[in-house]
Amino acid sequence: MRWLLAKDLRILGRSPLLVAMLVLYPILIAALVGFAVTSGPSKPRVAILNEVPPSANTIDLGGQRVNVSKESKPLFESIKTVKVHSRAEAIRKVRDGDVLAALVIPPDITRNLEAATAGGSSPPHLQVFYNAEDPAKQTFVEDTIKARVQDANAALAKKFTQVAASYIRLLSTGGSFSFAGSSFDVLGLRRTESVLRATASHLPKGSAELRGLKQVVDFAVLARQNLGLATGVLNAVGTPIHVDSTVVKGGKTPLGAFAAAIAVTVTLMFITLLLAAGGLALEREENAFRRIVRGIVSQTGLLVEKIGLAGICSGLVALVLLAGLSLFVTLPWSRLPLWILALAAAAAAFGALGVAMGALAREVRAASLLAIMASLPLAVLGLVPSGAVSTGLYDLIRVVSAGFPFRATLDALQSALGRSGGIGAPLLHLVVLTVVFTALARLALRRFA
Amino acid sequence: MPDEAASVTTRPGAHASPVLEATGLSKRFGSREALRDVSLAAGPGELVAVIGPNGAGKTTLLSILAGIQSADAGSVATAPDRLGWVPQQPSLYGKLTVAENLRLFARLDGCADTEAAVGRMLDQADLRDRANDLASTLSGGNRQRLNVAIGLLSEPPVLLLDEPSAALDPRQRERLWQFIFGLAREGTAVVYSTHDVAEAERHAQQVVVLADGERLFSGSPRELKRVVGDSHGDFEAAFVAFLRQRGH
Repeated sequence: MRWLLAKDLRILGRSPLLVAMLVLYPILIAALVGFAVTSGPSKPRVAILNEVPPSANTIDLGGQRVNVSKESKPLFESIKTVKVHSRAEAIRKVRDGDVLAALVIPPDITRNLEAATAGGSSPPHLQVFYNAEDPAKQTFVEDTIKARVQDANAALAKKFTQVAASYIRLLSTGGSFSFAGSSFDVLGLRRTESVLRATASHLPKGSAELRGLKQVVDFAVLARQNLGLATGVLNAVGTPIHVDSTVVKGGKTPLGAFAAAIAVTVTLMFITLLLAAGGLALEREENAFRRIVRGIVSQTGLLVEKIGLAGICSGLVALVLLAGLSLFVTLPWSRLPLWILALAAAAAAFGALGVAMGALAREVRAASLLAIMASLPLAVLGLVPSGAVSTGLYDLIRVVSAGFPFRATLDALQSALGRSGGIGAPLLHLVVLTVVFTALARLALRRFA
Repeated sequence: MPDEAASVTTRPGAHASPVLEATGLSKRFGSREALRDVSLAAGPGELVAVIGPNGAGKTTLLSILAGIQSADAGSVATAPDRLGWVPQQPSLYGKLTVAENLRLFARLDGCADTEAAVGRMLDQADLRDRANDLASTLSGGNRQRLNVAIGLLSEPPVLLLDEPSAALDPRQRERLWQFIFGLAREGTAVVYSTHDVAEAERHAQQVVVLADGERLFSGSPRELKRVVGDSHGDFEAAFVAFLRQRGH
């Protein structure tokens, strides 16, 4: 069998174009899939026209100076800003596709904000221009801008809450307060209570004045106690809901490791399927199949050789790909033996599927086409997340997906790369698939020659 | 080539104890009966031509003899590893050189001394000067000689050739037959199927006529002509007349 393997490797070595295509094409596909799955355009290019004069960036909030530009920073943190100098320029950039959207900050926004906090009825407005020629893009832009404005609102609300809380503290405990350049001393409820109690001690017991004064003291105490609770209420209003997340299924695979697992699985699948299916079909096209199996190599031996050939080649490419990816994402090299175990099991399962395809298709071109056409749906099925489709359809997808090695390979690699779940079950799954597809290929060889 | 054929015919041992013996071979493919109770024998150095119209069962017979297919009934007394088999289409790898092809199949045939077998076949097939050329660059005739050489690597006493000269031009065909005569002279029994009736008459000591899976005749070309009643006429005409007489 090793002579057949050496022969196939020699033939591969004499087909540099095929080797280049087999290596580069899946890596390119893998990179695209990994990119598409893991990285949305999180920093969209947005044109910003800030019409607020620098002098108006700061507003007066009950005596405190609040820098609106600084507080609304979240608005710009997750977008790539493109500065423009006029509305016309902003709109042109949107229309030309240079930017996803344009955000116009009108000159009166800080004044309106100041008025709103003082009880004014006209809230400040931002203007957004975007291109709606693509519905998907339109939704994405709307959602992105809305989310960013909500972030900015939350940041401003937090600041306002802090200011309001400082007022309440001032009322409760007293202190100095500046307004319009003048400084005032605020007595505060606590000191009011002290002053009143001191005054009350000089009044005759049972007098009407003392009874009246005691009522005022009780009110001051009650007011101070309730104002102490108000800070908590204000904070709750600023951030009414907090999120606590708990993983109930799957592990904590880092996003980079997940992308690497997808990239490697896709690469492994393409190379193994194409080599195994094409390699077996080539034996028939070269009329060599019957001559080979007449000799010392059995039909099952020939299948094992093709699985081995495809597995060795794809496994090596996958390892090189992982090494390359580790330059960009953090991968646990200490778990290298698990990587190799997962890759070997996956390569065997895909190889077995490949020889089954080759035995059924019987011609190199048909086998290659079948391998490529089968790969894409297998990958897509394996990547459908729960909740993306109805429960019934998801169950069906899981059943179909379990019949092929993509999902099990992804699970095994995720486990090997990111401590996500046990590796035993996916490895066992891959072994079962290897046996089943090899048996299917062996059956198909009956009509192969 | 009558002289060559005659020289082969007069070889002692051509009718000695057979090195290939098959009896009562039958094979069905679904409802179609591809072979029906066919027997065949060949002695050392004997050239046996299997002739018949398309679909007669020639390739099926050779495949069963070679052990590629199993018969539904009947038996082949000779073990497959004592039979060299050369399929109709060259069975070799275009991306390997002539020597690499020979070396690979010598190893797969389990030859004890691979390099000796390769060297012997390069000389015997007259391909020594093309040893390092890719098989895909060979002419049709050279490819067929390499194809035959691969079948001979394990030095089998019987060589089975399926339509060996099909798709060859007359000169290539001539060189191929020189090669085959050389093998027969050295004692290899050669059983070949052919569409070319004249080729059977010229080269074979024994012709086996198959039609619709049935063996209609086995004997020398001269005997076939005698059966038809035209011992001096054209062999092809006699063959056609024979088939007509038998209802084919």
